[in-house]
Amino acid sequence: MTCITVDTERCKGCGLCVHACPRGIIRLDANTLNSKGFHTAACTDAGRCTGCAFCALMCPDVCITVYKEAGVCQSA
Amino acid sequence: MSLVFRKTKMLTGKEMHYCPGCTHGIIHRLVAEALDELGAGGSAIGVAPVGCAVFAYEYFNCDMHEAAHGRAPAVATGIKRVHPDNIVFTYQGDGDLASIGAAEIVHAAARGENITVIFINNAIYGMTGGQMAPTTLPGQVTTTSPYGRDTAHCGFPIRMAEMLSTLQGPSYIARVAANSVKNIMNAKKSIVKAFQNQIDKKGFSLVEILSTCPTNWGMTPVEALEWVDRHMLPYYVPGVIKEAEE
Amino acid sequence: MPKCLMKGNEAIAEAAVLAGCRFFFGYPITPQNQIPEYMARRMPEVGGCFLQAESEIAAINMVYGAAGAGARVMTSSSSPGISLKQEGISYIAGARLPCVIVNMVRGGPGLGGIQPAQSDYFQATRGGGHGDYRTVVLAPASVQEAAELTALAFDIADEYRIPVLLLGDGMLGQMMEPVEFGTYRPRKAVQKAWATDGTKGQRKPNVINSLYLDAAELEQVNNIIFDTHRRIQLNETRAELVNTDGCEVLLVAYGTTARLAKSVIELGKKQGMKIGLVRPVTLWPFPAGDIARLAAQPEVGAVLSVELSGGQMVDDVRIAVAGKKPVEFFGRTGGMVPMPEEILEQAIRVKKRYQNVLGFS
Repeated sequence: MTCITVDTERCKGCGLCVHACPRGIIRLDANTLNSKGFHTAACTDAGRCTGCAFCALMCPDVCITVYKEAGVCQSA
Repeated sequence: MSLVFRKTKMLTGKEMHYCPGCTHGIIHRLVAEALDELGAGGSAIGVAPVGCAVFAYEYFNCDMHEAAHGRAPAVATGIKRVHPDNIVFTYQGDGDLASIGAAEIVHAAARGENITVIFINNAIYGMTGGQMAPTTLPGQVTTTSPYGRDTAHCGFPIRMAEMLSTLQGPSYIARVAANSVKNIMNAKKSIVKAFQNQIDKKGFSLVEILSTCPTNWGMTPVEALEWVDRHMLPYYVPGVIKEAEE
Repeated sequence: MPKCLMKGNEAIAEAAVLAGCRFFFGYPITPQNQIPEYMARRMPEVGGCFLQAESEIAAINMVYGAAGAGARVMTSSSSPGISLKQEGISYIAGARLPCVIVNMVRGGPGLGGIQPAQSDYFQATRGGGHGDYRTVVLAPASVQEAAELTALAFDIADEYRIPVLLLGDGMLGQMMEPVEFGTYRPRKAVQKAWATDGTKGQRKPNVINSLYLDAAELEQVNNIIFDTHRRIQLNETRAELVNTDGCEVLLVAYGTTARLAKSVIELGKKQGMKIGLVRPVTLWPFPAGDIARLAAQPEVGAVLSVELSGGQMVDDVRIAVAGKKPVEFFGRTGGMVPMPEEILEQAIRVKKRYQNVLGFS
């Protein structure tokens, strides 16, 4: 199982990771606001994450870390 | 638990001031990763432009110089002549490199300065609020082409990669894009090659990277990625424009 | 055009268009981008020409060309860009051509900052580039005045064949104030028989030039330029005097700082302290006569030059006062703008310092 963590304080809610994810399992969480006022990215289904890291490759703010094992699926 | 992807140590980690979705952040990361992978981080000296990337010296974890608008290739020349074995690079936008800095880039390339130039082409002036750039496309609306760029009045956009490739000095000139994962992976390869060339003392290397400016283009970051595909790629054709023989 | 609320930068651009400027060449730099952007929209409307040049150097050379060709032409920039233009301005001055250059000053040196400053005073008033020349320097202190002085700039430039510099700052360029166009009465248009527009086989060629290898000839050209300077000094010096009769401390300040100084005068009144202000409107020619005359009043204890710089105009104030009264300086740099209270403190300090020395109570 693989998973991502998102540094939500760095995240600017740009949506590029949402667009890049081939499984479509990343969303901008409408219920979360960071201190800058952005709705931050979150993986909605760790079980379907393949660890392709497309989200991390696309993220302009280097917010995303990608792991190979489960159990780390909470926001940083 | 193993790591698939994490931030390179060649980025300072300081939060970047770029607009949400701006591809500057992606390209900074690619440059930093390239330096890291080539073991060049300790010898690297970068030159920052005047433009959105004016604070690049806060993001790259290596020695950095500020340069006056457009003069980075000249500043880099001064540095490289003093430290020929260090990896010297410039990071410039389209106003910096193709407008006010047109003479400096031509002559650094003509001299075959053994430096690496990272050229960010987003067809507009970002930092100063969206004015026309030498790379602005015909018909494109900017704050100084409010009726759309009229080629009869102010000519056609400049294809810098092709123009510089007519010189004998450059050893590697490539054009890539940062608007999709596939293109980003390809861009990374070109950037690594451009730095490897410098390490191998092959001469002047430049990578032109088609980039987005969602704010001044007036669209969302994702729409901006598509704008590159639809409008920029047909005019600025990606590929290896020049590669000198061994 | 009815009275309206406008940004300083835009008012300057509109005033230029109304003054008959039909050619604008510029380049983006903060904090004056609204000027080229306004011109990009407006010039096509009046059949004029806007061009974003590849650099400030290219822009000033386009101005040089257009000015030599006989047109009313303008460029604008901010401090680092004005530095780039110095060679071109020297050429324009040497060839005795008219043009208007707008500098919205920002913090320096180097890339500096984008906040307001007055740290280009030396550059503006001492020619700025190489060679023995001056440009007329106009310093507005409001958006309305910026509009009027822009129109005046074109008239002075044409009448005397000299570049005119409009010296603003980041605050003046960005602020919005009510402005009414058409309040300035234009002077009679000047014929430009010297301009290059083609001999049409009917006249000797006109040559726009500043190269004179024969020293005697170059001296002649310089003398013509100096004579022009003298006539400008006689006829075009301008200053505003506020509360200067019998004041205890005489402030000298221009532009944004003068606006603050006016508040300082009011604060002084509340404390029973009489503070006066000489506000130079022309920085070159400098109103040395006004300052000398007012400083000589027996009530004046000291003169205080207040600037957004480390002290540049104060040199000219000292020259004007010629040792007759103490001249002190107060300034902030980097884009910091002082509060009137801060300036008042300085005025009080200066008054106290010289109270016993000069024996006035």
